[in-house]
Amino acid sequence: MGVGTLNLSVQYDHRMDFGASLSMATSNVLSVPVLVFLLGVISVRLKADLRLPDPVYQATAIYLLFAIGLKGGVALRASEPADVVLPIVVAIALGLVIPVLVFVVLKWVTRLNGIDRGAMAAHYGSTSLVTFTAALVFLDSLDVSYEGFMPTLLTVLEIPGIIVGLLLAKRYASHRSQVTDASSRDWVREVVLGKSVLILFGGLVIGFLTGIQGYEQVEPFFGGLFTGVLALFLLEMGVLAGRRLSDIRSAGAGLIIFAIVFPLFAGTLGIISGYLAGLSMGGAMILGVLCASASYIAAPAAVRLALPEANPGITLTSSLGITFPFNLIIGIPIYYFVAQALESWFI
Amino acid sequence: MMHEIDLITIVTESILKERLISDLKNVGATGWTMCAAQGEGPRNRRVSEVEGGNIRVEILADPQTIDRIWTLLKDSYFSNYAVSAWQSKVQVSRADRYLGRAPDGPTS
Repeated sequence: MGVGTLNLSVQYDHRMDFGASLSMATSNVLSVPVLVFLLGVISVRLKADLRLPDPVYQATAIYLLFAIGLKGGVALRASEPADVVLPIVVAIALGLVIPVLVFVVLKWVTRLNGIDRGAMAAHYGSTSLVTFTAALVFLDSLDVSYEGFMPTLLTVLEIPGIIVGLLLAKRYASHRSQVTDASSRDWVREVVLGKSVLILFGGLVIGFLTGIQGYEQVEPFFGGLFTGVLALFLLEMGVLAGRRLSDIRSAGAGLIIFAIVFPLFAGTLGIISGYLAGLSMGGAMILGVLCASASYIAAPAAVRLALPEANPGITLTSSLGITFPFNLIIGIPIYYFVAQALESWFI
Repeated sequence: MMHEIDLITIVTESILKERLISDLKNVGATGWTMCAAQGEGPRNRRVSEVEGGNIRVEILADPQTIDRIWTLLKDSYFSNYAVSAWQSKVQVSRADRYLGRAPDGPTS
């Protein structure tokens, strides 16, 4: 009996790394936000409508954007400008490069036309607030520190990808003269001044101006309740993702492979860039998550207005139906392992 | 005293809310009523479930303005977006409230 126990513990020691990794991945899957997301997906299969009422959904989205911006602004004020500049420059560069990569890679692996590839580039070049937030919650649960100004990088990465993606699509469309006057008007203004960007950026500025003293006054609401509100929002995202699941079969193998493999590639690119910009392991991992995630709120709205010829069935099935659940459940622990594995090369 | 005037009802993607209202004013509509709408149409290409479903916009106007609204819908909306629109006759009191001016000047 005693020997058996001893053997078991020796075996466990040998497998420590794998065991620790596995338990980390399990703890991610068994977090309330992820399980609530799965509940939303299952509810669609059971034909029960668990969607939040529309105004509640809009309010939770505003809450999350503002809370993230606010915390980022407070942390930005506390940071040395020299520490922030290089990560911002790197984030802008990634925001410009990733959509071009998407546009090119999709030409190889799918039969999508240039308009749909541009729409995909806009989605994957932009970022997902919820994936970002889930990654922060994941790192917090492991007590891994990261730079507090990461929401600044989220804000910086939100827009360039959408604009580059739309420009690529419009260039393609103008070659084939498929673009109409109605769709090409003031779309830059509609993208740049979209609601989500304004509330996120507004939060950043307010957090920066008020600093930690201002934040302490609203912390019980914007800090203490945060993970709970995130869980509620993920219920909604689960329902929306679940509705897209039935479309996945018609998406084609190339698109499905892209929606899983490209985030792994872009995530690794982001992690390496993060280390080169001087970020910590936690910070590099978060930049990886930002690069790996695809937008399904800001980009769809912008693409619909500016590029109505694109088929949202393709972009939303890919970004919301495949990439988002993949990142949320499996991707986040993977980016963490990649960041850990690469740490010794850079730090 | 009741008057018969035209009512046009437009149901479309909520994402177009601001653009549509601004276009309607530009073609001479002096007022509108909007509410959230739910439903299903033949064109399954929308993103608005992420942004908040459909909108239903109703406009009471003079025949010339109604014509310009139809032209606007045909030129800028029908080909690319999910839109249902219909026109009907309704009875109103104080018809002059709705018989507004055209972009170029008064019409009635």
